[in-house]
Amino acid sequence: METFLHQLVAGFATGGIYASVALALVMIYQATHNINFAQGELAMFATYICWSLINAGVPYWVAFFSTIGISFCLGVLIERIVIRPVERAPVLTVVVVFLGLLFILNSMAGWIFTYTIKSFPSPFPKQSPFGWTFISSHELGAVGVTLVVLSLLYCFFRFTPLGLAMRAAAQNPDSSRLVGIRVGWMLALGWGLAAAIGSTAGMMVAPIVFLDPNMMSGILLYAFAAALVGGIDSPGGAVLGGFLVGILENIVGAYLIGTELKLTVALVLIIGVLVVRPAGLFGKVIVTRV
Amino acid sequence: MAALLEVKNLRAGYGPTEVLHGIDLAIEEGTITTLLGANGAGKTTTLRALCSMVKTSGEVLFAGKRIDGRATEDIVRLGVAHVPDGRGTFGSLTTEENLRLGAYVRKDRSAVDADYERMYSYFPRLKERRAQQAGTLSGGEQQMLALARALMLRPRLLLMDEPSFGLAPLVVKEIFQIMKEINAREKMTILLVEQNAAMALELAGHAYLMETGTLVLSGPAAQVKLDEAVRRSYLGY
Repeated sequence: METFLHQLVAGFATGGIYASVALALVMIYQATHNINFAQGELAMFATYICWSLINAGVPYWVAFFSTIGISFCLGVLIERIVIRPVERAPVLTVVVVFLGLLFILNSMAGWIFTYTIKSFPSPFPKQSPFGWTFISSHELGAVGVTLVVLSLLYCFFRFTPLGLAMRAAAQNPDSSRLVGIRVGWMLALGWGLAAAIGSTAGMMVAPIVFLDPNMMSGILLYAFAAALVGGIDSPGGAVLGGFLVGILENIVGAYLIGTELKLTVALVLIIGVLVVRPAGLFGKVIVTRV
Repeated sequence: MAALLEVKNLRAGYGPTEVLHGIDLAIEEGTITTLLGANGAGKTTTLRALCSMVKTSGEVLFAGKRIDGRATEDIVRLGVAHVPDGRGTFGSLTTEENLRLGAYVRKDRSAVDADYERMYSYFPRLKERRAQQAGTLSGGEQQMLALARALMLRPRLLLMDEPSFGLAPLVVKEIFQIMKEINAREKMTILLVEQNAAMALELAGHAYLMETGTLVLSGPAAQVKLDEAVRRSYLGY
């Protein structure tokens, strides 16, 4: 029972990370109808930035928040410089650009920081919280950080005029221009936010999986599965999907197929969802009258 | 008096196809002008060209300033509201959020709050539906919402693209009544594109008639109504 509880809680903790990355994927998808394959590498690169700051003697939380800010700017810059010119290009062009970004960020991280695996500090204490044995402080902290990020985002989109404008721009760009929204900047802002959310996920997962240029490749796959389970156009669904996938992955890995085959869970989920219910749990089923 | 909107030799099109072959318009402040014509004459394109939603050449002057070639959102910020073809509803947002977006560029918070109530008094039906997803509203309600959203900008010029399209006659009557009221009460200038020529000529002071991308007739609505060709082709008697 103790181990089962631990697996469940650990799944919840990694699920939060998948949820964040999945949410970043969904945000870009809603605005551009493309999957940003470079989302994971952006998070990885951000984590390296945080690592460099910490190594330079910056206190953890200062480094943490600076990294979020830097990631935001990086996301905006990438949209302005790389994505903007291919805005109206065919899907395949955009996919290639995303893949190019993935490889550039990955190689750049390897070139600058080398491929040696590094340990990444956790801001949370070493011993378990309140003497509980089924959860580590870092797992609990990671869940906390994820929940804070998600609720802040929810409030931003739900209650601020800018959040409303971003939702409008993603949904109907033409109408948005007609009420005076600068749609191009909303897209850039979306990229910035997605990169910022991704960076928190990277910094929270790095103490668990260790820091190396390929650390996000598996996580991106899980996040993609999470986004599909929840419905690729539903932010709330993506978050729920993230937690579901995290828990499922851990339980199935521990009791059914062993940890070596865990990544298969994500792939099976992706294929399963696409075959059985392509719109996901909360996605819009688009019905056309004929 | 200088016209609020002045258009000189406006050309526009989609890709290599030119749809507007150089049109001239002059719209006085505080008036209702209607632009009539058959399907495909270029009425919608004219409205789109005024807001830079299509590539144009020629001159568009709004309140004496050139606006051609400027970004759509900048033209909107000058006070040009456009109720587009197909209504442009933000379907997954609520009725209230749609209205809030209409006032997105306005900074005068308290006046905006008063304007929500004003819109709900013009369109009581929208008040009942304020928390409902706009996509679930009926066609007539969505047209009311589109008009209300445009009015939330407090525009100097309102461009209306076929508000009667696909609506029940009673609803059309209501919407025309409200346009008339707003024009009378707030001196708002309206450019109305319509297929329902009889109703549009009733409402408008001035009328233009369009045929395949050029203006063929212009004059006071009362006079245009009596024109032999207009009577036969557009009014049907």
